[in-house]
Order: sequence, then C-alpha cells, then structure tokens
Amino acid sequence: MLRYVARRILQMVPVFIGVTMLLFLVRAPAIVPGDPVRMLAGERSVTPAVRAAVTEKYGLDRPIYVQYYRYMGDLLQGDLGESYQLKRPVSDVLLEKFPNTLKLAGVALLIEALLGLGAGILSAVKRYSFWDVLVTLTTSILVSLPVFWLGMLLQLIFGVKFKEWGLPYLPVSGVSGSQFPALVHLILPAFTLASVSTAYAARITRSQLMEVMGQDYVRTAAAKGLSGGQVIRRHALKNAMIPVVTFLGLDLGAMVGGTILTETVFNWNGVGLTIFKAISLRDWPIVTGGVVIIVLMVMVINLLVDISYAFLDPRIRYTRVAK
Amino acid sequence: MPILGPEGKGRTLRADAWRRLLKNKLAVAGLIWIVLVVIVAVSADLWVPRYLGDPISIDTTTAAERSLQPPSPAHPFGTDQLGRDTASRVIYGARVSLLVGVVAVAIMVMVGLVAGAVAAYYGGWWDAIIMRAADVFFAFPYVLFAIVLLALLGGGVQNVFIAIGILGWPSIARLFRSSILSVKEMEYVDAARAMGAPAWRILARHIMPNAVSPIIVYATMSIGGAILTEAALSYLGMGVQLPSPSWGNMLADAGSFMFSAPWLMIYPGIAIVTTVLAFVLLGDGLRDALDVKLKD
Repeated sequence: MLRYVARRILQMVPVFIGVTMLLFLVRAPAIVPGDPVRMLAGERSVTPAVRAAVTEKYGLDRPIYVQYYRYMGDLLQGDLGESYQLKRPVSDVLLEKFPNTLKLAGVALLIEALLGLGAGILSAVKRYSFWDVLVTLTTSILVSLPVFWLGMLLQLIFGVKFKEWGLPYLPVSGVSGSQFPALVHLILPAFTLASVSTAYAARITRSQLMEVMGQDYVRTAAAKGLSGGQVIRRHALKNAMIPVVTFLGLDLGAMVGGTILTETVFNWNGVGLTIFKAISLRDWPIVTGGVVIIVLMVMVINLLVDISYAFLDPRIRYTRVAK
Repeated sequence: MPILGPEGKGRTLRADAWRRLLKNKLAVAGLIWIVLVVIVAVSADLWVPRYLGDPISIDTTTAAERSLQPPSPAHPFGTDQLGRDTASRVIYGARVSLLVGVVAVAIMVMVGLVAGAVAAYYGGWWDAIIMRAADVFFAFPYVLFAIVLLALLGGGVQNVFIAIGILGWPSIARLFRSSILSVKEMEYVDAARAMGAPAWRILARHIMPNAVSPIIVYATMSIGGAILTEAALSYLGMGVQLPSPSWGNMLADAGSFMFSAPWLMIYPGIAIVTTVLAFVLLGDGLRDALDVKLKD
C-alpha cells in the first residue's frame, strides 16, 4: 500500500512540472506578444529608469530557464508573486476568495450526490419506465446546456418572473445582502454549477447499477428470497457505488475549475470571478496563481481518490504495482 | 468484401451500422436537425437579409424606433438594442458555431491521431513523453485552460479553433493509441510487415480501419462540446468578437437586457441547446450502431 502511494505521488511530479512550465511559458515575454515591461509597469509611463528597475526586479534579462527556476522556487515557498493591480501578494488575495468558492462547490457537490444518485438509481431500478425515459432525456438536455445560459434562465424565472407573479422568489446574485439569509443566495448558483455534473452522475449510477444487477450474486440474493429493495440496498448498490464515488471525487476538481462561468453569471465573489476580472485587467500573477492552485487542488483530489480506491479494492494496488 | 445476406442483398459492416443507426429514432432526429441547421446556415445569404434584415449593419434612421421589439410576425425572434433582427443574427451565428465545431474538432483529431500513432507505433521514449504531456493537459480543468489560453492568445475565431484543438487532442491520442496497441500484435499486421509494407501503409490500411469507430463517435460528440466551449468563451468576451454574431457573444450581449428583453437570450440559447443535443444524440446513436465502448 505504501509503495503504491509513493508511486502515485512520484508520478505527480512530472505532471506538476509540466503544468507549471506550460503556465510559465505562455506568460513568458517571448511567447506573449507585447512588451512585458509595459505590462508590468501598468499605468506608469515607461522611462528608461523604470524599464531598468522593472527588468532588474523581475529578472527579465536572464535566460528563460533561470526565470523558470526562480518562479518555481518562489512557488514552492508559497509565493505566487504580487498582483499588478492590487499591489498585494497573490496568495493573500486568493486566500480571501477561496472559502466562497469552496462553499459554492461543496453545496453543488451535495446537490450532485443527492439528485444524481437518486435519479440514477430510480432510472436503473425502473428500467424503460416513464421515469427512466424522463431521467435519460433530462440528463441529455442538461449536458447540452451552456452552464451560463442555464444560470441566466434560472435568474429570469426564479428571480424576476416569480417576483412579478407574486410568488416567493430567490436572489439572483451576490454573497452579501441583508434581505436574504446567506444560504438562500447559494441556491441558484449551486444548482447551476451542479447541473452538468448531476447529469453525468445520474448516467454513471444508472449504467453501473444496471451492470451489477445483471450479475450472478445479485440473482442469488433475489433467489434466496430477499425483497427487491433489500437486494438493491444490501447487495447491488454497494458494488455499483465504487465508480460513482470516484466520479464524485474527481468531479469536485472539475467543478472548482468550472466556477469561473457560474461565478461570473451570479457575480459570486470567489476565485473564478477573481480570475475572470484579472484576465480583463491583464493581471497575470492572479491568473496564473489562481490556475496553479486550482490545478494543484485537482491533482491532490485525484490522488486521494486513487488512494481511497486502491484501499477499497485490493485488485487495483496489485495490478498497478505489477505493471 | 460484401457478404450476401439472407435477402441476397450485399451487406457490409458499414451498411449494417448505418441500418442500425436509422432504427434509432433519437439519433435520426439529431441527424435531421443537424442537416437542417447546415442548410439554413449555408443558404442564409440567399434569403435571410431580404426577409429578416441584415445581421450586422445598423440602419441609423430606423434603429431607435425598431430597437428591442418583442417577437412579432415581422421579427419572429424580436430585435436587439440596435434594431437588428434577432432571427437573422441567430442564423448567421449558426455559421460561426458550426464552423468552430467542425474546424476545431478537425484540428483536435489530426493532432490526436498523429500523437497517438507516434506514441503507439514507436513506443519507448516517444510513448512516455507524449502520454505524460497528455497527463499534463488532463490535469487542467478544461474551461479554465481554454480561458487562460485565449486570454493570452487574444480573442477571435481562429484562436478559438486553436484553443479547442490544442485542448482536445489528448483524448483522441489515448483512444487511437490504445486501438493501435490492441491490433499491433495481431497476425495480419505481422503478415503485412513480413511482406515489407512500410509503417505508414500498415497504419493506413490495416490499423486505421480497425481504430476509426471510436474516433468517429468521440469526434461527433466533441463537435457539440466545441460549440459549447465557443459559447462559453464568447460569453466571457474572449471568443468571436462583435459585431459578427455568434451564439455565445449574442448571449453575452443579451446579458444587459436580460430582464427587459428576455427574447435576446432565449433564442440563441435554444439554438445552442438543440444543436448540441443533436450532436450528442447522433453520437450516442453512432456509439450503439458501431458498437463502440468508450470508457467515459
């Protein structure tokens, strides 16, 4: 087991180097058109003195591998640089926003798990029924919806139209606001963020459960006289859930990456909105810093999922080590 | 070689697959919708400007009185804030969306095929480097990476092609690589090699036909995905630039009038959903007809 974990962690190293190198290269002066000093100097006019100072400070006259080495060294010490616009350390800025994003992603994950699994189980148990067709159609439409459009539609229906019709309505944006409790503000953004993932979770649950239900041991359980509900709860579901739980774990990472659209639609003050705003302001340290943290988070989550998977299912750690 | 079926008609694997596809109602509905959208988009110049109005130019003399009209017989999808017909813009937007879908996926497939073929055929270091590079791409959340790439490259439709093409290749490369590995050691490939066939010929004549089904299925579904990505990028202001209409930038533009003129966001959205859904359904149908197992 320990050997497996060690191997998995070692495998992460080249990927992490690759990711940071890619991010570093795309913002390196040789690749991005335009004058890096201009960008770094911001609003100030670029006098020769300013140019020399900026070049010196950021080591722009050094060879590119030296620059990467410095960047990597800073990164490993948790130094993501300083925001051009805010003149504050990037790590401080992002640390402030992360709780909001995690709250949003957490609630979305909860919705995904409850609705996705529920719909998937219903659809597998009542195969080819009205419910199965309904779930299949709904999930097909959900994966074809642009997430931000769904967000706009929800705002229009539950925020604006419901208010017009005199029904209880929901806030369309923001974290703060005294009119509603904080949790109510989460409802529309969380459902929007969860939409695509919920559809996939339902589909995976359905296909896994159907596969398991075709197996001999499930038939044996039914033959020994257990009721349909008991067979599913006690026997089928347990084995069908392993890939589903893996998917949920991996999906948390994708969700945090996907927050940029949802947060922009709902003006939700998290990492995604911060990255989006930084892009329009050309504030690269915030952009690359945010992306590096998200990618790192995704990698760690993937690692944890893999390890727990190997822990639950011994076949995996043996075959992978044998390879 | 056509094999004679019980009816005496020629039957090939491909004809069989086609017959199975036509039995799938949802897939046929998707196919019909796609054909319809293509016909409307391609023929737009012939009739749209005359009956609905120009999608881009603004008639300054009437713009004020014609702006933000709700749907009516004269303007079935209403008009935008500059008095242009929304239906006309949605139709011209279809051109951009379809073009992005097809070209981006073509780039992605080409890069993926070459990378997958090199990795599988040459193996060793080539395989290790290409597959580790694929891991790096997989580690990035897709939309986020596309956004960063476009922020750096700048907006515009060519860069959208490039971004989607670059981001999509690893999946194709993995599919193609595993297909090649599974047939590489087969005896008929050995036979071809023993007869002195060059590597490219073995790939093209013996391996490709056995590996092409999953790629067709994946590419069909990816066209829908590419249309969604274009919409997201344009919504964030990094894709297709105004005044050319694309479904994504129309939605971005509609955001400011969302509550006063909801038709501006309803119709382009419906266009995206129906078209992407059509590609998803067609892809599902192809997967069943060609009997392909995709891991995810």
